[in-house]
Amino acid sequence: MNPADTHQHHQHPPQLHREPGQAEALQTLMIEGAGCASCVTKIEKALQAVPGVKSAEMNFADRSVAITGNASSEQLISAVEKAGYNASATAGSADADALEEKEQADEAYYRRLMLNMSIALGVGIPLMAYGLIVGEMNVTTAAERWAWLGVGIVTLGVMIFSGRHFYTGAWQSFRNHSANMDTLIALGTGTAWFYSMVVILLPSLLPELARHIYFEATAMIIGLINLGLALELKARGRTSLAIKRLIGLQPKTAQVVRDGKSIEIAIEQVLLNDIVRVRPGEKIPVDGEVTEGHTAIDESMLTGEPMPVEKGPGNEVVAGSINKTGSILFRATRVGKDTALAQIINMVKRAQNSKPPIGRLADTISAYFVPTVMIIAVLSAMAWLNLGPDPVIAYAIVSATTVLIIACPCALGLATPMSVMVGVGKAAEAGVLIRNGEALQTASKITAMILDKTGTITLGQPKVTDIVLSSSLSEAQVLQLAASLESGSEHPLALAIMDSARDRGLELDQAEHFNAVAGHGIEGTIKGRQLLFGNDKLMTRSKIDYSGYSASAAELAAQAKTPMYFAVDGTLAAVIAVADPIKEDSAAAIARLQKNGIRVVMLTGDNHATAQAVAAQVGIVEFFAEVLPGDKANKVSELQRQGELVGMTGDGINDAPALAMADVGFAIGTGTDVAIESADITLMRGSLHGLADAIAVSKATLGNIKQNLFGAFIYNAAGIPIAAGLLYPWFGLLLNPVIAGAAMAFSSLTVVSNANRLRFFQAQEH
Amino acid sequence: MMLIVNIAGIALIAVIVWWFWLYKPTETVVDDGDVVIVVENGSYQPSHIKLAANRATELHFLRKDPSSCAEMLLLPDLQISETLTLDKPCTIKLPPLEAGEYDFHCQMKMYRGLLIVQ
Repeated sequence: MNPADTHQHHQHPPQLHREPGQAEALQTLMIEGAGCASCVTKIEKALQAVPGVKSAEMNFADRSVAITGNASSEQLISAVEKAGYNASATAGSADADALEEKEQADEAYYRRLMLNMSIALGVGIPLMAYGLIVGEMNVTTAAERWAWLGVGIVTLGVMIFSGRHFYTGAWQSFRNHSANMDTLIALGTGTAWFYSMVVILLPSLLPELARHIYFEATAMIIGLINLGLALELKARGRTSLAIKRLIGLQPKTAQVVRDGKSIEIAIEQVLLNDIVRVRPGEKIPVDGEVTEGHTAIDESMLTGEPMPVEKGPGNEVVAGSINKTGSILFRATRVGKDTALAQIINMVKRAQNSKPPIGRLADTISAYFVPTVMIIAVLSAMAWLNLGPDPVIAYAIVSATTVLIIACPCALGLATPMSVMVGVGKAAEAGVLIRNGEALQTASKITAMILDKTGTITLGQPKVTDIVLSSSLSEAQVLQLAASLESGSEHPLALAIMDSARDRGLELDQAEHFNAVAGHGIEGTIKGRQLLFGNDKLMTRSKIDYSGYSASAAELAAQAKTPMYFAVDGTLAAVIAVADPIKEDSAAAIARLQKNGIRVVMLTGDNHATAQAVAAQVGIVEFFAEVLPGDKANKVSELQRQGELVGMTGDGINDAPALAMADVGFAIGTGTDVAIESADITLMRGSLHGLADAIAVSKATLGNIKQNLFGAFIYNAAGIPIAAGLLYPWFGLLLNPVIAGAAMAFSSLTVVSNANRLRFFQAQEH
Repeated sequence: MMLIVNIAGIALIAVIVWWFWLYKPTETVVDDGDVVIVVENGSYQPSHIKLAANRATELHFLRKDPSSCAEMLLLPDLQISETLTLDKPCTIKLPPLEAGEYDFHCQMKMYRGLLIVQ
């Protein structure tokens, strides 16, 4: 069991299977007031007691309950209310609703932070201006004491109104034996306020020179940090734009045909096998298979593939794509969290929160950071008290406060995750799904890339191009026999042979004793005739003389075609050539990789001549031909032994061991029909440009992380000693705590903003 | 006088080291396979949770802290990451776990907790 699959946040209602033609309504209610797990049983029982209800299942995590049966929503809501809870009918996707709630909560928090900031700066700025204009903020006369006492009380009001969350947070963390940014702010501002109050209330404890008031620092720091948090919240919102866009792709309702009637229902209520109607311009609500109508569908939002794809009966459609031209009916095959879109969203979310190894050092530092800063603050105060000039106590207080305030664990902690968030999202926009932070980091450092030929460089849809006869059998007879034999095989070449036979209207026979010989070909019998179909190795193995036709085979191979020998009853009957067209943009994408200094190597099971011809057409110099499927992984490790950091690109199914062996495995998909779980990086579209894009995005993200980490390290490494007064002996420089507050507030904002720059990253034009 | 101040300073440093690094916090024992963890005021409450090994457990996180730092919850060893919506419970179903310690924390490791599986 993959642990990642075991967590659920906004579970969709349990999936119910709907047999075609069966009419059974599914309704979802949202429950309020259910605070414990035992409420679940109570609510379910209350609903099950309603006449017409077949089943009621509650999801405690998101407080939703899925009900099947024919009861009206009014009856259901009233039953829940009688049980002592509130209920409401729901519509819309859980992800979209959660997003909306999060945005509303963020907006409310932003307004609160801005209000905090206005109040604190409203007190702090006049105080600071007074200090700058009038001069020293000292207490000398009794009248001044009373006046400053009033200011002290006002500042306390600011601390309570605008800074309460710092103090409560610091206290709670302290009780839990942990410390965070709140601890530093609470200690810094608290120290400044307490010291000032001691100056006012007990001035005799302090020498005259040290009777300085720091209320302005307390108010200003609280104001600036609230401002920094508010701006950071806005900037953070932008880092998740990509996932918001993906979530937004899913429509909230769907038109479903039930009992001959077209009805509009919430997307959660669409059941498997429902017939869904989509008109031009509408989004596809769930995954399915077209049953009626023809259209062109724009899948670019999911795959990055710009051209709309033609769809007709039997073709798959995926949720989130846009129906462009015709009206279609399709049968729902995957709904709720099973749709490709839901899985993509899930994977992107997971990857956005995973950390590449480069962030581990910062993580370790973060864990020890705050207590270390507290110790530095104490040491700095002690140094001033022991060695500093008069008034030592004032200097000690200023330096300790400034150290506490300037230190910014946030900048360090946010450096990596913010960039990963934007980078992974950016990649998803280009149809590149990155599994986790580690894959992201390794992809940025790849030195060699192995490309599987079939389906990666080529379309993977081979066609029969030539049949060279070598016996009395006709072309149709050869093709009929070969295709009948191949009907037991799933090899792409088999499909080409069968397509060709079908095109000619040939009836296929049942093969017996079918046997696939890995790396050689296939054998079997049809109506008592012994058939062999494969490469020269198979012929040699079976002692078939093919010498007269090896030149023809070589000639075909030199044209990038795959020649195969076909023998009937121990005699060579024909050489059949199949060619797999090279994708239009393979050569350009491979050139992009090579331009980045990546050694590109092609891998194929085909013979040497075919491999050479394909390699030459796409500009690849190095290739491995005639590689048995089981040997692909060995070729990967061969390059690794040469010191290369190896990427392997394949279709994700046949190449699984090689993908796993590579430092980064890239699975290349066609459309959205991809095995998302099979590789480190999944390319949603078939183009190899996705590969170059993936590497470019990884490099850009890693670069961005490095800038952030460097900035955060330098900021703290330089800021803390300066705040402690390290420059004072030489330059007489000691930072004002207000400046430290401003620097701290904007250092984390800088990190988030720098990560946001990645949003504007463009993979090279193609 | 300075001697007292310096001793007080060193004592304060010792208290910081002990309180934040050396102290072993009390653990909340989960015996019914179900625990509610409130994210509030910069911390997880409870933060140290003792679970039975090889038994599935549900963690219900309830975020009451509006700070954006509290938004993300990570359990890196189990490859779990979740966005916690304010005032909305988020249930994480843990598979039966092998004995050991499993960290959970926010994106920046400022909010920290530990699952102790025995």
